[in-house]
Amino acid sequence: MKVRIPTPLRSYTQQLPVVEADGDTVAALLADLDRRHPGIRFRMVDEQDRVRKHMKVFVNDEAVRDLSTPVTERDEITIMQALSGG
Amino acid sequence: MTTAYVTGADDSVRVGDGPVLLVGTRKGAWLLSADAKRAAWTLCGPMFLGHIAQHVVLDPRDRATMLVAMRTGHLGPTVYRSTDLGRSWSEATRPPAFAAGDRLARSLNAVFWLSPGHASEPGVWFAGGSPQGLFRSDDGGDTWEPFTGWNDHPMWETWCEWPEENTPDGSMLHSVIVDPRDSAHLYLGLSGGGVFESTDAGLDWHPLNAGSVATFFPDPEPEFGHDPHCVRLHPLRPDRLYQQNHCGIYRMERPEGRWIRIGDNMPRDVGDIGFPIELHPGDPDTAWVFPMDGTDVWPRTSPDGKPAVYVTRDAGESWARCDAGLPERAWFTVKRQAMTVDHNDPVGVYFGTTSGEIWASTDEGASWERIAEHLPEIYSVEHADPARRA
Repeated sequence: MKVRIPTPLRSYTQQLPVVEADGDTVAALLADLDRRHPGIRFRMVDEQDRVRKHMKVFVNDEAVRDLSTPVTERDEITIMQALSGG
Repeated sequence: MTTAYVTGADDSVRVGDGPVLLVGTRKGAWLLSADAKRAAWTLCGPMFLGHIAQHVVLDPRDRATMLVAMRTGHLGPTVYRSTDLGRSWSEATRPPAFAAGDRLARSLNAVFWLSPGHASEPGVWFAGGSPQGLFRSDDGGDTWEPFTGWNDHPMWETWCEWPEENTPDGSMLHSVIVDPRDSAHLYLGLSGGGVFESTDAGLDWHPLNAGSVATFFPDPEPEFGHDPHCVRLHPLRPDRLYQQNHCGIYRMERPEGRWIRIGDNMPRDVGDIGFPIELHPGDPDTAWVFPMDGTDVWPRTSPDGKPAVYVTRDAGESWARCDAGLPERAWFTVKRQAMTVDHNDPVGVYFGTTSGEIWASTDEGASWERIAEHLPEIYSVEHADPARRA
């Protein structure tokens, strides 16, 4: 399925704004995303499997923090990161 | 001194025959290098523009591997590596992190400090973090493991501060020191928490704070809980330690384990509060500090807005003011990793400021010149002596 990547993480996707990844849960999808783009997962999910503060994973229009949330081929995943700061 | 600015592609990195300074800032990293006379400087960068480069260190053993402790806005922490002086970089395959399923559910917010390991252990590096975890790499910084002897020590949660209970920048583990005579003899500093020592390669640890004070506690001389800002061991006299603490400047002679407040010999109107302390590489009696205002609400700028380095040449028995060439008035801060010395004769002393300036003295502090300005807030300045020059 398609995964939209925010600009701060595009150094991992050769600057591609949309990439493909597979999985039947958000966790599996992020694991596959990390296999295809090594290192990307740890920048947005910590070592205790918590989505980092100010990072959001949307399944279609819904923000999820539970990585066991199921996903299907019909879903579109959007990763967003707040750009707050100075 | 003159400074040329080189900005652009990675192949624009220039390294002269003289000292190299690795500069970490809130918005990227720079490399500042001199000719052999230390008169002409070249500033190359930015590298990693927009990323927080907390600490940039070149391995003094192979004089080639350079690591950057990196954080980026809201992204997780990581380490980047280069073996060609920053012309190309690769991210650590496994960055520092607490163990998955960690007993305290800790996650690393930032890699704050990088220390190369013992000379007999090439490729070994230590990283200190926020929260106050310790991490080790055995392969030159490519893969990192939590250092369980520290992170899982039964006293960890007693000795260490929790992130939500401390300063805006978070509590951090810093000043990881390996005794040059014995790779199993380690020191580290906690802000806050104190100085700690291990004599068994990090399996067990104990506080080493006797004699230093923590005036922010009801008991000003607790066993731990102090706030060492920067701890240094002299490589030519490894039984001698210095520290710039939140509550004064101290020296310790081992094996005795008691800190002596050598900051009591500073001028009273200047005081002995600061972040960095740097040692003369060839003289264990000589050290430089950069005092800051630790009165009232702790502005952490120079006392009375008059920047000055202070030097001791008798192990802290007396101090001399070094401000020739520095601004008459300025309101910057010099952070704990933002002061360094080179290995030339006379020794060069350098510091970077929160206002983005780098100041240099090639006469051991007697006079100063600004060699860079208009950089982002400077977090670290480290001297490097790369083997390959081009």
